[in-house]
Amino acid sequence: MAAAAPAVPLLRVDHVSKMFGGVRALDDVSFELREGEVHCLAGENGSGKSTLIKLISGVYRPEPGAAIRFGEREFSAVTPAIARELGVQVIWQDLALFSHLTVAENIAFEQNLGGRFRWVRRRNLREAARATLSRLGFAIDVERPLMELSIAQRQLVAIARALVADARIVFMDEPTASTTQAETRALFEVVRKLSADGIAVVFVSHRLAEVMAIAERVTVLRDGRQVGVFRADEMSPARLTELMTGRQFDESVHARDRSRAGIVLKAEALSRDGEYEDISFQLHAGEILGITGLLGAGRTELASTLFGLNRPDRGRFLLNGEECRFGSNRGAIDAGIAYVPEDRLTLGLVQAQSIADNTVMAAMDRIASTSGVIDGRRKSHLVGNWIGQLAIRVGEPDDPVRTLSGGNQQRVVLAKWLATEPKVLILDSPTVGVDVGARAGIFAIVRELAEAGIAIILISDEIPEVYQNADRVLHMRGGRLVDAYDPRSARIETIEAAVHG
Amino acid sequence: MSRVFASGRGEFLGLLLLLAFVIVIFGVTTPRFLSFPTFRSLAFQMPELGLLTLAMLIPILSGGLNLAITFTANIAALSLAWVVASAGGPEAGVAFIVVAIAAAILVGAFVGWAMGMIVAYTGAHPILVSLSMMIFLRGVGEFLTRGGDISGFPGYFAHLGHGSLGGVPIPLILFILAAIGWHFLLRHTRLGFAIHMIGSNPEATRYSGIDTRRALVMVYLLSGLMCAIAGIIMAARFNSVRVGHGEAYLLITVLACFLGGVDPFGGFGRTSSVFLALVILQTIATGLNLLGANQHLATGLWGLFLIVVMVARWALRRSGLVRLGGLE
Amino acid sequence: MGDLARFLPRTTESWLVLVLILVVGFLGLATNTFLMPANLVDLVNQSATNLIFAVGLLAVLIAGGIDISFAVAASVVQYIVVMAVLALGGGNWVVGLGLAGLCGFALGAINAALIYYFRIISIVVTIATFNVFFGFLMFVTRGVSIYDIPDWLYDRFNLVEHQTSSGAYIELTLPVVIMIVMVIATWVLLNTLTVGRQLFAMGDNPDGAKRVGINIAAIHFLAYGWLGICAGVGGLMQAHYVREVVPNALYGRELEVLAAVVLGGARLGGGRGTVFGTILGVALIAITQNGLNLLGVSPYAFQMVVGAVILFAITTSNLQTTGLFRRRSAA
Repeated sequence: MAAAAPAVPLLRVDHVSKMFGGVRALDDVSFELREGEVHCLAGENGSGKSTLIKLISGVYRPEPGAAIRFGEREFSAVTPAIARELGVQVIWQDLALFSHLTVAENIAFEQNLGGRFRWVRRRNLREAARATLSRLGFAIDVERPLMELSIAQRQLVAIARALVADARIVFMDEPTASTTQAETRALFEVVRKLSADGIAVVFVSHRLAEVMAIAERVTVLRDGRQVGVFRADEMSPARLTELMTGRQFDESVHARDRSRAGIVLKAEALSRDGEYEDISFQLHAGEILGITGLLGAGRTELASTLFGLNRPDRGRFLLNGEECRFGSNRGAIDAGIAYVPEDRLTLGLVQAQSIADNTVMAAMDRIASTSGVIDGRRKSHLVGNWIGQLAIRVGEPDDPVRTLSGGNQQRVVLAKWLATEPKVLILDSPTVGVDVGARAGIFAIVRELAEAGIAIILISDEIPEVYQNADRVLHMRGGRLVDAYDPRSARIETIEAAVHG
Repeated sequence: MSRVFASGRGEFLGLLLLLAFVIVIFGVTTPRFLSFPTFRSLAFQMPELGLLTLAMLIPILSGGLNLAITFTANIAALSLAWVVASAGGPEAGVAFIVVAIAAAILVGAFVGWAMGMIVAYTGAHPILVSLSMMIFLRGVGEFLTRGGDISGFPGYFAHLGHGSLGGVPIPLILFILAAIGWHFLLRHTRLGFAIHMIGSNPEATRYSGIDTRRALVMVYLLSGLMCAIAGIIMAARFNSVRVGHGEAYLLITVLACFLGGVDPFGGFGRTSSVFLALVILQTIATGLNLLGANQHLATGLWGLFLIVVMVARWALRRSGLVRLGGLE
Repeated sequence: MGDLARFLPRTTESWLVLVLILVVGFLGLATNTFLMPANLVDLVNQSATNLIFAVGLLAVLIAGGIDISFAVAASVVQYIVVMAVLALGGGNWVVGLGLAGLCGFALGAINAALIYYFRIISIVVTIATFNVFFGFLMFVTRGVSIYDIPDWLYDRFNLVEHQTSSGAYIELTLPVVIMIVMVIATWVLLNTLTVGRQLFAMGDNPDGAKRVGINIAAIHFLAYGWLGICAGVGGLMQAHYVREVVPNALYGRELEVLAAVVLGGARLGGGRGTVFGTILGVALIAITQNGLNLLGVSPYAFQMVVGAVILFAITTSNLQTTGLFRRRSAA
């Protein structure tokens, strides 16, 4: 690639810091970007990746003393308008799209900006959108309102929006989170093309192996500080993980044979139109059953059915030999099924409310009388018990949940469900937003629960964590279970190839 | 629910200071302010406003709003008046008054239930639902009364509004009982727990197996019921019922909730602080009255006061001194 | 749903057109006066103020806010404008409209500033300003009406006048012309100007709008300011229509207008709403009121019917988006 770095880098950031209410989210970080390079920004949650992107794109102002240089021009802080003018574009993880506007307007919204009163040029919008989409090889009707599109298609719209203007630096925050392998390959093609045109691309992704394949250099952040800048071809995912966390991790396989234990949950040809089809499996007591597959494979929809949030169109499932027909998730909870949703922020916990209240939320029957009066002593006993058992590090049980780290929050979610004494525990992507370092702790708990006899369904698209922790791995694709693997005999590469192939 | 105890106590102390300040200001500026009649009228006037504020409190805690409170109270009072009128008006017996009160409470609860069903089962915005319910109820009331008054209650009924028990006004006793009931409901019952949780995040609450729809229906049903009680007290105090009566209270109930530290987005708030806020507002109202302030001037001042309270909350939140409510 | 669903209207607007046709058809048959040109023209003249208010409110709802203070703000503007031109010695339509728009914008800007700078929710701000505007207006004016309004405001100003064979006059009055201008202006603002698209974007996804680089403060002032301008202009039209300025004449009008705009498909929460739907919503409410009148129903029943219609409308329209048709909500 580039033999020598040019004298003046495309972007150079020095001594940027950012405080949030007394907490230093970013501490004296420097960052450099060369023309046409593909750069990976790696770090755990809260390491400051997003904050850095927001400072460079002008969403936040850095603390005084920072220097942001675009070529020869230097700023102590930029506004969104200046950043855009200098060619900075960001593909946000939450996409930041407008669901009631058309695809064309979403992609070419930039043309609608500017303070003065100007006419909307719809034809220009459409043409710009079409041109960008076809350049990227995405086939989407630009006249459709965004809300009619699938999540993956919206992701493509967000990518197209970043590239519609004359971008010189493109930040991509988890752009492959919900794309298929083919779409990811297409995206990488685009990235290479951009790079050849001299545009710098900064990748933030939790799929380390994937990023390593395309990036040239990696900047690692930890706790708001810069650990260093490394050449990607000298890195491995394990080494990168170590740099990000400052620790080494056990990568052994924990699978056991639980096929002789009693069957707790049995699905027979479960189908729900448009979501999943002909799902049959057995779950034994104390077993950890992994279900992997891409986002949109129907995993979450299947879990929702087992948890009573919707009903199957055909087929049935039995818990301890009894057929389940849940009217709502309350029925499922009472029967002994618990569900840790993927979206902890908005579905898993009530972030603003206290740790104690979140812990007892699903088990009100255990702390309230039949007339509905809550027994304060039983409540604090229950809370204390589970905070202790799961070693949740809290200041006070009355503190809001959102003051906890991702890993501790996930422990509160587990505590909430364990307080209901479930027979089946469904974990949907339990490590999303949990630091690499804290994941091991979560899985240690999960394995302990399995030892205690709870049957566990572990849903995740992180194949290594399913491979290492599950006793059996099912592969779900297009709403169907297509394969089963035993981690003790199957190689992880085989599963990865099957899922991403 | 049980937020950092210290901040709750700080809020309460702050309100106490404000109350002391208000009393001193009026005590200095208005010679007749610090007298028995002043506090007597204060004690008789606060309950109507207070009951309506309680009716406003739980919808706000659940993340909504009930803009139909005053007209729900009017409609409930109208039901009472019709039952009384059909039983002979001023000559109606005690049994009929009991029936009439029951009818009023039923009507209020029914109105609330209907709003709750719409909010819970269609996902329509509570502001919109309660606003249209308000238009509807006002229409019903004006249609049925032709815009006039209904009066003529038996003499003893007025005791409910004017009488005292051991020197304490009966309406005040009723209000304090209601406030204690609300406090207990919100702090110590499953429904109260659910209301706070729903106020912060209804979806996560539903995922945890709490029947959020049933809880929301109960929120508006109880709100309607409390409106009915307020309507009955108003009917007893004025010895008449008119649609539009107490309309100006709507603003003050919202003001009392926010002055009392309730989070406008739901999830956080204490009955005790709201109670204290009410005492402050009623003191100001009584003081303004004694100063001879024009009714419209008072309306304008209440509006300004609401703005000041909201701006002050913003400033406090910003300075990080007080963590008011939940998310930014 | 099956086959029947295919024949049902798909959008709010087509539903409203269908309902309007049914209501008009019914009134045409049930009364012999409804379809008379004179009645229809009077209906349009009467609705001018409401429609001007409604398109302004539409902008605020699309931007994700709500405002209930605009009707009393219009009364304040009426007073200021009339007092000002009387003090200045008469004035004319141009001065009057300009002044009304300016004052209206200023009052709207107060709401925008409180909502944007102090992060107070719009319903709370406008409940407060509603009371401030109304309370101080009534206090300052002592509730006294102005009958001695300037001649230009008093005299009828007809752009088209035509006497039908039955002897009734058909007039195209100034308020109707101004109404058409304001409706077109709002349509232009929302659909053909870039700031209009920014308005939609902000109502749709405020956080995303900020990150895309939309000036959120400016859009707040645009939305509430535009409603203020509409309120000022609409208020002046109302004063012209009734030939007097009464401080509490517009009190309560905000609910009627809000009902019409919501009926027209706009929703709290932003991002949705059309000018055409708003026109239909205002038309439906005006025709209902007119029809009830002609049918000899007590005027008191009107509010009740409007409340019931709007309750029905929001109930059914929200049912559609929550699960009944198994549609996923937008992320």
